[in-house]
Amino acid sequence: MTIPGIIGGLFLVLGAAFLLLAGLGLVRMPDLFNRIQAGTKATTLGTLLTLAGAACLRPEWTLKLLLIGLFILLTNPISSQVLARAAHRTGAAKSEKTTVDRLVDDTEERP
Amino acid sequence: MSGLLLALTILLAAAMIGAALVAILGKSMPIAILAAGLVSLLASVLFLLLASPDVAMTEAAIGSGLTTFLFFFILGRMRGGEHD
Amino acid sequence: MVDILIYIATALTGTGILLALYRFLKGPSPADRVVAFDTLTLMTVTLIVIIALAEGRGIYLDVAVVYALLSFLGVIAVARYLERGF
Repeated sequence: MTIPGIIGGLFLVLGAAFLLLAGLGLVRMPDLFNRIQAGTKATTLGTLLTLAGAACLRPEWTLKLLLIGLFILLTNPISSQVLARAAHRTGAAKSEKTTVDRLVDDTEERP
Repeated sequence: MSGLLLALTILLAAAMIGAALVAILGKSMPIAILAAGLVSLLASVLFLLLASPDVAMTEAAIGSGLTTFLFFFILGRMRGGEHD
Repeated sequence: MVDILIYIATALTGTGILLALYRFLKGPSPADRVVAFDTLTLMTVTLIVIIALAEGRGIYLDVAVVYALLSFLGVIAVARYLERGF
């Protein structure tokens, strides 16, 4: 019932909530690129928040948790970027709802 | 505490069965390799829940990391040889 | 109090794993399944940290270190295979 315990637990729940939002975005998003964005950014933030909460709860694990956070910060953007580049080069389908083309809208509305 | 961990174990075992079914019944080879990696990932967490971290670490390094990489390397090399 | 918060965090992470697994089982294209696999790997790292907190054993964190180091290797292999087949 100490103050760092409460703060660490709240960080833990917040990070887990971000992981839940990442899963929800992975299911609900209409497009591959939107799914990449939901599946990598939200999990990075959620994992780092959870690691911060664990470091608040157990201060003697801080070095190992810092190591895990450093590895995740290094490797997760690399994998996301490589995956998005591969999807773009192989011509992944884009959703109609996420592409913006004002000129087509104007010229279709004019006649 | 143990009730929630028991529920988590059941959930992970069910997910493992689903991934194994995808690996066996799937038509495409890369998806089968990914599903095999997922089975290994969940098996590692199950080993951890059974309180054996060394086996879990070996499973994580060999089964989920190295095997997936090696299978995709070989699959890329033998493309164009045998069909399917 | 802290035990209840760890309960809630475990339940939320388990629900996230379930949702990502639904995308993995259903996903139309192989790239969708790769995204789901990447997400599942990071969720597993978080789950290992939460299990280590719940059981109170610091040795479990080594598995999370190995996962955080090796998780992107498989994704990079898949992406290279999808892009140009090694």
